[in-house]
Amino acid sequence: MQGSNTPLIEMIDMCKSFGGVHAVDHVSVDLYPGEVMGILGHNGAGKTVLIKMLSGAIKRDSGTIKVNGEVANINNPRDAKHYGIETIYQTLALADNQDAPANLFLGRELMTGWGTLDDVAMEAETRKVMNRLNPNFAKFKAPVKALSGGQRQSVAIARAIYFNAKALIMDEPTAALGPQETKQVADLTIQLKKEGIGIFLISHDLHDVFDLADRVSVIKNGRLVGTARTSEVTKDEVLGMIILGKCPAAATPGPGALERDAA
Amino acid sequence: MSSHNNAETAGAAATPGKARSGTRSPVARFFQATELDTRLLGMIGALIVLWIGFDIASGGVFLTPRNLWNLSVQTSSIAVMSTGMVLVIVTRNIDLSVGSVLGFIGMIMGVTQAIEIPQYLGYEHPATWAIALAVGVVLGGAIGMLHGYVISYLGVPAFIVTLGGLLAWRGAAWWVTSGRTVAPMDGNFKLMGGGVDGAVGATASWIIGIVACLAIIALLRYGRTQRQRFNFPLRPIWAEFTLGAIGCAVVLGAVTVANSYPWPRRIAERYAEANGIPIPEGGLFISHGLAVPVLVALGVGVVMTFVATRTKFGRYVFAIGGNPEAAELAGINTRRTTMLVFMVMGMLCAIGSAISTARLNAATNAQGTLDELYVIAATVIGGTSLAGGVGTIAGAMLGAVVMQSLQSGMVLMGIDSPLQNIVVGIVLVIAVWVDTMYRKRT
Repeated sequence: MQGSNTPLIEMIDMCKSFGGVHAVDHVSVDLYPGEVMGILGHNGAGKTVLIKMLSGAIKRDSGTIKVNGEVANINNPRDAKHYGIETIYQTLALADNQDAPANLFLGRELMTGWGTLDDVAMEAETRKVMNRLNPNFAKFKAPVKALSGGQRQSVAIARAIYFNAKALIMDEPTAALGPQETKQVADLTIQLKKEGIGIFLISHDLHDVFDLADRVSVIKNGRLVGTARTSEVTKDEVLGMIILGKCPAAATPGPGALERDAA
Repeated sequence: MSSHNNAETAGAAATPGKARSGTRSPVARFFQATELDTRLLGMIGALIVLWIGFDIASGGVFLTPRNLWNLSVQTSSIAVMSTGMVLVIVTRNIDLSVGSVLGFIGMIMGVTQAIEIPQYLGYEHPATWAIALAVGVVLGGAIGMLHGYVISYLGVPAFIVTLGGLLAWRGAAWWVTSGRTVAPMDGNFKLMGGGVDGAVGATASWIIGIVACLAIIALLRYGRTQRQRFNFPLRPIWAEFTLGAIGCAVVLGAVTVANSYPWPRRIAERYAEANGIPIPEGGLFISHGLAVPVLVALGVGVVMTFVATRTKFGRYVFAIGGNPEAAELAGINTRRTTMLVFMVMGMLCAIGSAISTARLNAATNAQGTLDELYVIAATVIGGTSLAGGVGTIAGAMLGAVVMQSLQSGMVLMGIDSPLQNIVVGIVLVIAVWVDTMYRKRT
């Protein structure tokens, strides 16, 4: 399944506390090129915090991030983007008063030779990307707050994939979508995977993830229960990991796994 | 030039060209085709009503070239500062210190040109005005940066930092000369305040007017060719011509008004005598033309509009205001941007201070008292949302004209100054209420 032996991204021994609460406690996960890695756990398990440390939105207390086997220095969102790590946040993180092109290029604007914003070029590029992602999209001049949930989602996705991401983080990407749009996101995930992009898919809902993911890591109370290949475990076994923290035989247990004798 | 940062404009122009136009009324079609900002038009309408009302109430004194010219000069200082306040309020901050900063910088510029520079260069040196202004702008930038640093890096709310600044800089203004008024100002510096000398005259005004018209036409053409380049939907050609015609008419109308305000008779006669010009029957007619402070304010307006709509900095300012978290996640350095916004505000305070100091021909420690309220009122009346993310420079400058018109109109009607304050206060609240209603509907 993996194209190479070096993981695209490794997060080793990641820790983050908020006022004495260990939100993420010595968690290690990795991601290979062209792989979909599901990160599962209850609400509040620490999935989002873990992934925000990778996207640079939250500063880690300790732990190492490696990109292509080399230690990466990620302290803010700019650093993460520099390493080709793009994120689609649960909240979408769009600038509500600005139109789709402004959002797509936010922080990475196209400039004219005069050093001014090249709005027409940005609109042209946006039209191209959106034609591929969502051909029905027509509101290029409207502020994104005037768009529907699905349209806003397409803008957020377009922003993440336009800049040739190597790794994509999708935090609850289908939480606010209807069934049809959810399927679109699933199709897109498969397409991106084929292009060799590594994808972290974060969800609290096993069914969203299980069919798409190559592997899943389960987090409970900030600790890693274990990591398993979806081809080697059943949905029920993964549910057991999420709910009870019980690690099945086919999975690699983490520090958060229930002790065998305790079970 | 339609602002992409203005949510209303963009919303109205969501699907330009195609379809729908058939079912709409001619008025709606006109606005859709020209992509005019209906909000801004509403304000212009309100201003016209206000002007005509005052003209009737004051017995025809308001709409005279003389009063309109004075109005334009009186508006300049507030208008300059309101362009900066747009950026401050758009980033969900506030600056209560602008009046005090204006006073402090005025004192420093006054002392620089009236006491310090003459020691080295003598009085009325040609470089005096430039040095004094440069000192003011650098100082303003530094003060703004200090405010911005405390707000964005130390995390003290802008309200508190600038409330402290309101007191501190007013005290500092007193401290500079222990309360003494500094006067007179340098002759060249004084030109920034208007008056007979501080106006460019008829010929130069026409030239400026024509250049402005050409610029409007060039901008419309550039916008059209840019859209053609990428095969985007275009405005109908009649709409382009209408926009150009309206723009040019406004510019040339303003020049005509400024040029119909003559110099006072005695000054004109003295000037004629000194230059050996024969005085014709019925008196000599020498036009004021556009006032220097007005040109300064318009120049600031153009530059600030450019900064707000065409630069990365401007885009980030509006992005931060719309959704601070999203801006941060997009990799924008929100702290630095916020600090720079306050730095720009400080520099604009210096320009506003130069105008008002020059107009008064003196620097006093009470200068700019209550200016912060007029600047904030102008900005908010001009459509900048206190919730952040929305606002235009042009709107704020128009807001400044509205505020000044109110004041000047009430003076002409002989209304007592306490009552004036009451009216201004009530108008501010009503204006924001109307704006809130408008935003809910769209």
